Amino acid sequence: MAFIQLCYFAAAVLFILGLKRMSSPKSARSGIVWAGAGMLVATLITFFTPGMSNYLLILIAIGVGSYVAWKSGKTVAMTDMPQMIAIYNGMGGGAAACIAAVELLKGGEHGFAVLLLGVLGALIGAVSFSGSVVAWAKLDGRMKKAIRFPNQKLVNLAVFALALLFGLIIVGKGHAGAFTIIVFFLAALAFGAMMALPIGGADMPVVISLFNAFTGLAVAFEGFVLQNAAMIIAGTVVGAAGTLLTQLMAKAMNRPISNVLFSNFGGGGGAAAEEEITGSMKASEPMDAAVQMCYAAKVIIVPGYGLAVAQAQHKVWELAELLEERGVEVKFAIHPVAGRMPGHMNVLLAEAGVPYDKIFDLDEINNEFASTDVSLVIGANDVVNPVAKSNPDSPIYGMPILNVDQSRNVLVIKRGQGAGFSGIENHLFYLDNTRMVYGDAQKVVAELIAHVKAL
Amino acid sequence: MIEGFTALYIFMLAGFVGYEVISRVPVILHTPLMSGSNFVHGIVVVGAMVALGQAQTALEQIIGFVGVALAAGNAVGGYVVTERMLEMFKSSKE
Repeated sequence: MAFIQLCYFAAAVLFILGLKRMSSPKSARSGIVWAGAGMLVATLITFFTPGMSNYLLILIAIGVGSYVAWKSGKTVAMTDMPQMIAIYNGMGGGAAACIAAVELLKGGEHGFAVLLLGVLGALIGAVSFSGSVVAWAKLDGRMKKAIRFPNQKLVNLAVFALALLFGLIIVGKGHAGAFTIIVFFLAALAFGAMMALPIGGADMPVVISLFNAFTGLAVAFEGFVLQNAAMIIAGTVVGAAGTLLTQLMAKAMNRPISNVLFSNFGGGGGAAAEEEITGSMKASEPMDAAVQMCYAAKVIIVPGYGLAVAQAQHKVWELAELLEERGVEVKFAIHPVAGRMPGHMNVLLAEAGVPYDKIFDLDEINNEFASTDVSLVIGANDVVNPVAKSNPDSPIYGMPILNVDQSRNVLVIKRGQGAGFSGIENHLFYLDNTRMVYGDAQKVVAELIAHVKAL
Repeated sequence: MIEGFTALYIFMLAGFVGYEVISRVPVILHTPLMSGSNFVHGIVVVGAMVALGQAQTALEQIIGFVGVALAAGNAVGGYVVTERMLEMFKSSKE
């Protein structure tokens, strides 16, 4: 028994060291291996827990879960990573809820603290499970982007109250019947799904990292129920880390988390506050754009979700390399909430082979736009909209943006003339020094490459 | 065993550790880090194993089975995608 505890202790240490190593690009790759070793040790030693049976069932369950996840994880495209992470995270939350369900069904004598944390963990885990499934379905394009109906907040609140009420009954009674337990779980699951329904695509980075924190907490609470220190520590560490990351994301959008979750972004009011737009959008041909970039001293590329949709990351790096061969200084600028999960654009560029020392975040690069000849915006919109700085009535006012408007020339690759996710007109597109290149990002960049080669 | 205030202290200290470990992470590593912490809470698999290992009725076994399968998916999937992503991060010198 002492040896089992020692193994769990070692696992907890390995998790923390692994996460620590992941905080620098140089040691990051070894970080996941360390954490993996901890997981392996903890899983193997658990088979020797006293009083266990059902070994065959355990092995089959591990086999099934591992096989499905292994297969999907190995084959998923980098552009589909956000939904994959969302679904794996939901699975963890679901597992925590299952632990609580088994413990509650078994009855047995539990102290007040154990019951309270067990039920709380079950609630959070179930919410994280169904919420993550909805997030996955949305990101995977299996579901309409945002579903809203009248009195949505009230209905959600009622469902949440129902889950809370039945949870409290379970805690209060000590021995709850199957009916109470089932209603509790159904209400918790329903609330998770309904909470995620109205949230739109651009808010997904916040939501995904929030559910990640939720699952961590649920795991920690169930760890307390099972008296497992490794679960308590690992779960709490993830819960805290996820909370921090969620705050960072919300800060990058200049909106409190409650606003992301409970208000419908751009859902009215925004249009009335529109500022008068002067000038017009000026289209440009790829040929001219290529010439402009070839004779620039410095080009900054700003990718957004449109790059991921068009799978243009490889072409973009090819273009950047060609420009560098001609002596142009090329950098990549990434907004913290570009894409559909924290750091989404970084992963895509890394996949294409862009070295991480060419990629800069908002604070590092924002002063450089003024000395930049050409900024190439690919599939990004709200994160480069100068309205966020100039118009206090705009819904995105105050959100930190990339100062693309300060560069000498701006090229924008965009599929059509429509407004961005938030529905707000982008004043950047109307500036005198901005040229629009319309078309699918991958096709346009391929044309740019052809022209640059020919020059 | 872990009771009352001992548990509270563990929660508190582990919370600070999580906050500190993550707080200085560069933006470029946000995705692998989130996915890595996603893997770490896959530790729920050991709890699910114990729950299933001690399950008696058929209903408990079914729920326990689902729990272990989900948890194993969390751990394995989290590991695979994190490793794939970290594999790609290289500096221009490499």
